[in-house]
Amino acid sequence: MEALLHQVMLGISNGAIYGGVALALVMIFKSTHHVNFAQGELAMFTTYVSWTLIQAGVPYWAAFALTLMFAFALAAAIQGLILQRVQHAPVLVVVIVFIGLLIFLNSMASWIFGTTIKPFPSPFAVDAWYGTAYFSPHQVGMTVVTLATLAAVYGFFRYTRLGLAMRAAAINPISSRLVGVRVDLMLALCWGFAGLLGAVAGMMAAPMFYLAPDLMSGILVYALAAALLGGIDNPWGAPIGGFIVGVAENLAGSYLVGTQIRLSVALLIIVVVLLFKPSGLFGRKSVVRV
Amino acid sequence: MAKRIAIAACLTAAVAAPFLISGFHTFQLTQILVYAIALLGLNLLTGYSGQISLGHGAFFAIGAYVTAIMLDHAWLPYWATVPLAGLVCFAIGFAFGLPALRLEGPYLALATFALAIATPQILKHDKLESWTGGVQGIVLDKPEGPFTGLLDPDQWLYFVTLVAVIALYVAAWNLVRGRTGRALVAIRDHPLAAATMGIDTALYKTTTFGLSAMYTGVAGALGALLTGFVSPDSFTILVSINFLVGMVVGGVASIAGNFFGAAFIVILPNIAGDISDSAPWAIYGVILIVLMILMPRGIAGVVRAVAARRPST
Repeated sequence: MEALLHQVMLGISNGAIYGGVALALVMIFKSTHHVNFAQGELAMFTTYVSWTLIQAGVPYWAAFALTLMFAFALAAAIQGLILQRVQHAPVLVVVIVFIGLLIFLNSMASWIFGTTIKPFPSPFAVDAWYGTAYFSPHQVGMTVVTLATLAAVYGFFRYTRLGLAMRAAAINPISSRLVGVRVDLMLALCWGFAGLLGAVAGMMAAPMFYLAPDLMSGILVYALAAALLGGIDNPWGAPIGGFIVGVAENLAGSYLVGTQIRLSVALLIIVVVLLFKPSGLFGRKSVVRV
Repeated sequence: MAKRIAIAACLTAAVAAPFLISGFHTFQLTQILVYAIALLGLNLLTGYSGQISLGHGAFFAIGAYVTAIMLDHAWLPYWATVPLAGLVCFAIGFAFGLPALRLEGPYLALATFALAIATPQILKHDKLESWTGGVQGIVLDKPEGPFTGLLDPDQWLYFVTLVAVIALYVAAWNLVRGRTGRALVAIRDHPLAAATMGIDTALYKTTTFGLSAMYTGVAGALGALLTGFVSPDSFTILVSINFLVGMVVGGVASIAGNFFGAAFIVILPNIAGDISDSAPWAIYGVILIVLMILMPRGIAGVVRAVAARRPST
């Protein structure tokens, strides 16, 4: 029982990370109808930037804030400079561009920062008061930080004018342009927020899994599973999907399939969801007019 | 006529090549041929039926492992393992194609992407270790041909691969030029219209997935014979990405372009690897993005465009 509870808790804290990346995927899907295969590598790359800053002596939270700004700018630039050009291209072209980004970011990270595994500091003290037997302080902190970021992003989209304009640009680009919304800029900003969410997830995940160029490749697959499970067009579904995938992965890893083939759990979730409920748990069914 | 002469010249060059170049270059040339088969498999799926797979490395791995396991236990002679690998991959590809049917565009890419990432983990699993050799993998002996005095193993394997290439290319050529090819292109360009015309889209799509997996599996089997070694970590997602790069550089939906693509992915790492181990991948990334934006038809597309510009006689 004790062990079971421990696994569930671990699943929840991992789930927070998956949920964060999943929400980033959902945001990009909602705004541009692309599945961003490079999302994980983007997060990994920005995590390396924060590592460099911390190594240079910048205090943790200052490095955190600087990294978020960098991630926002990088992601917005990628949309503005590259994805913008293939916005209406066939799916194959878009997928290949994303794969190009994925390997480019991955190899640049190994080129610039090396492939050796690096320990990454956690901002949460090991003996902090909020740690419990089941939840280490870092796990508590990381779950809270991720959820707080999700809430902040939600609040931004729900309650600000800019957020409203961004939602409008995503839902109906043509009408938005007619009422004076700069759609291109809005899509770049959406990407920026997605990059920011990924950076938070990366910085929170790195102390648990250590920093290496392949830090996020597994996490991306879980996040894809989470996004699909929650419904890829529903922002609320992403964190919920993240928690379900996190717990399912940990339980299946400990009791069913063994820790060695955990990734196959994500593969299984992806295939099952796509086959039996392509709209996910909370997504809207899409109807195509012919 | 000009085309026939060109093909005959290519064949002559291909037969003469291993006697004119060094052993290492013969090895590389064989590698190019192996990749050309795999790329053809991927191109049948993506170029002709429009389904996107980021997971063909998995079929390459399965083909390689079928050969390695059969040879490791000495259950079959090496030449018989290659068609067997193709058959196994056809069956698995067909089975995977059944659910894949319902997935379109990015979703199929997503499912196959997850498959490619999960493959090394599955190959490492304890339960399979007695077969797959776990993390260590399996070491194979290079097959010796019947003409040991005349041809060294590298040269022999080159000719085995060449025969496979010719057979598979002729088959693919006939497939895409005929009724089946037109049906596939129709499904790719407008599935609904194709169905209205009486094309069994489900059957065609799954069969293509199976055939595509078969080609890639045969390539995997030949690749295992060539390198004499298989291990889970040689079949990461990068293999699938390699195929994607080769297909895009060569040209999507181009049969001859596969050779350009294969040569590119074999030769570029050798040149760029001098700068850094990660340099080739960085270059691949840039090339993928730039090509997709500027030259979506690949090298074969450019060759075709230049040829089309010349007045025909």
